[in-house]
Amino acid sequence: MRSKNSHLNTLESESIYILREVAAQFEKTALLFSGGKDSIVLSHLARKAFWPAKIPFPLLHIDTGHNFPETIRYRDDWVKKIDARLIVKYVQDSIDKGRVKEEKGYNASRNLLQTVTLLDAIEELKLDAAIGGARRDEEKARAKERFFSHRDEFGQWNPKDQRPELWNLFNGRKNIGEHFRVFPLSNWTELDVWQYIKEENIPIPSIYYSHPRECINRDGQLISMSDFLLAKETEEIGSYTVRFRTIGDMSCTGAVISNASNIDEVIEEISVSRVTERGTRSDDKRSEAAMEDRKKAGYF
Amino acid sequence: MTKGLLRVFTAGSVDDGKSTLIGRLLYDTKSIYEDQYESIKASSELRGEENVNLALLTDGLRAEREQGITIDVAYRYFSTPQRKFIIADTPGHIQYTRNMVTGSSNADLAIIMVDARNGITEQTRRHTLITSLIGIKHIVVCVNKMDIVDFKREVFEKIRHEFQSFSSTLEVANVQFIPVSALSGDNVVHKSEKIAWYKGETLLEYLENVNATNDENRLDFRFPVQYVIRPQSKEYHDYRGYAGIVASGVIKKGDTVTALPSGFSSKIKSIETYDGPIEGVVSGMSVTILLEDDIDISRGDILVRENNRPITEQNIDLMICWLNERKLAIGSRYAIKHTTKDLKGIVKDVQYKINIDTLQQVEDDKEIGLNDVGRISIRTTSPLFFDSYLKNRNTGSLILIDETTNETVGAGMIV
Repeated sequence: MRSKNSHLNTLESESIYILREVAAQFEKTALLFSGGKDSIVLSHLARKAFWPAKIPFPLLHIDTGHNFPETIRYRDDWVKKIDARLIVKYVQDSIDKGRVKEEKGYNASRNLLQTVTLLDAIEELKLDAAIGGARRDEEKARAKERFFSHRDEFGQWNPKDQRPELWNLFNGRKNIGEHFRVFPLSNWTELDVWQYIKEENIPIPSIYYSHPRECINRDGQLISMSDFLLAKETEEIGSYTVRFRTIGDMSCTGAVISNASNIDEVIEEISVSRVTERGTRSDDKRSEAAMEDRKKAGYF
Repeated sequence: MTKGLLRVFTAGSVDDGKSTLIGRLLYDTKSIYEDQYESIKASSELRGEENVNLALLTDGLRAEREQGITIDVAYRYFSTPQRKFIIADTPGHIQYTRNMVTGSSNADLAIIMVDARNGITEQTRRHTLITSLIGIKHIVVCVNKMDIVDFKREVFEKIRHEFQSFSSTLEVANVQFIPVSALSGDNVVHKSEKIAWYKGETLLEYLENVNATNDENRLDFRFPVQYVIRPQSKEYHDYRGYAGIVASGVIKKGDTVTALPSGFSSKIKSIETYDGPIEGVVSGMSVTILLEDDIDISRGDILVRENNRPITEQNIDLMICWLNERKLAIGSRYAIKHTTKDLKGIVKDVQYKINIDTLQQVEDDKEIGLNDVGRISIRTTSPLFFDSYLKNRNTGSLILIDETTNETVGAGMIV
């Protein structure tokens, strides 16, 4: 039990309030689950918010097919542990149906393609709310998000004209075909998430801890070797002791050199880190407004 | 021991340096990461700017960077050994006042920026008025750009005097004045040597030390029911839990509560969380309450103490901040959200509008449009259970929603 004045209590209560508000205001909801630490904490909070009842909405995983195998193993165990229902939608299906075209070349990634699969899933499942684990401290466009973020019938975000959001009164009203993205972890920082994982004793995928891995060094990023990575002839494969600070696709998530092999060491490392966690994500580095542009189009 | 979380927002005219101040606060507390700094440094160079533009840290949208203004609230997080801070950087442009209202509504403290060269402007007055209406108890007025006026004491004193004289009619408990230069960092985190005549705290020292924890209402127990938990499983067959966040006050197991509107009373059987039952609960905590008797309670109802009830009324007076291009119209119907309750209401009258320049009540001007503030009367379709906003932020606030567009058009504070 943590101390009564801990700011984590405030953040936990706020997130639980938001999750209950979603269940009360929307008809068909899903919690977007990637197997990363934020969506793990989010689903843990959902368990708490509705206990002893089950979580009243399914987890939705948009599977790019480029996952770390550890993430998928973790996902299946976790879903059982918290007694949740899981829906998986595959980017590969969107490619096979001709909805999207696979990128080619050395920096090819399925990151952008996910948006189409996600929007198709929202339409197919008739979702009127999708809950995500994005945090405002992650990235400058995410710093602008509301808790209840309106999306038009094309799934688009209009950051120049967001609804006012006052006190704890959340306006989830919408027209048919529109939906909301809801971000209960808006006010959490990376360090808050890790401290919470420690205090709540939440299991996390093993790749968040230090382990040996074959990587190439591409533009200063350590990218894990995998079937999804096309290494140039000039790129040398080396063996490194690493961990991951965020988990996305194998092809666009960089590893960090680290000896942090348990939760205390990870917290210690984050506390003194001088770079942001998104610094390991090449999907953010395509342009200055890469996240804003993707979010406008309907990205997570 | 740490003092917990402090929620702060910045206000003031466009170009008074709000974003730069936050950038400076983050930079000087070493809360900016190297990759963020490299990225804004590169962006500043691309723009041909002489120095690294710290405002780019919060102006994260493409349109904001193009125009060099803040359009919507950006939230930033940092901590010192004393405290953890959430700072909302709100827009100064009059056009985006509604986003400033958004950034202020959950805050404990306002930083109002004033440009030393321009003094108090219409936006300073508007934002100070809104800050006081929203019930912010602590204001720090940062007189910025002191470097451009040669750090002159007269300039600072003149603005302090001007601010005090116009704000004397407003309800704000605690106002502080600090002369700063956000650009060069004077008196933001580090004490300025150039402003030797100022003996008070730097901005950060003030933020770390201000006592803002006693502002919550701990007297009147109010528990708006948010969600009814009914597992309908074998193990929890008859379980009916009333989930919600305590809006104000305290309660413990065994206390008697009354449900409104039904008026039935019952004893609290248990207060539950996922981590186990707890003996008592205070405002701000999300819990689930179980009662001894089976009474009909659903979302939108409120649990209170038998002998400490909220006001029950269908005709309600409120101060309103208008947030939409479509003007408020007498006789119009709006959807209302109040605590966890949804209902409808009709605008019966506009009593007065506030003149932003003089802060006078203008009774013959009934036209309340975008960014206007006034006092109105509404009638709701069913009785509302509320307290005055001054006594209770959570049960005294409501929003008006335009049913044709679904937009939030008004922020109401019950008088």
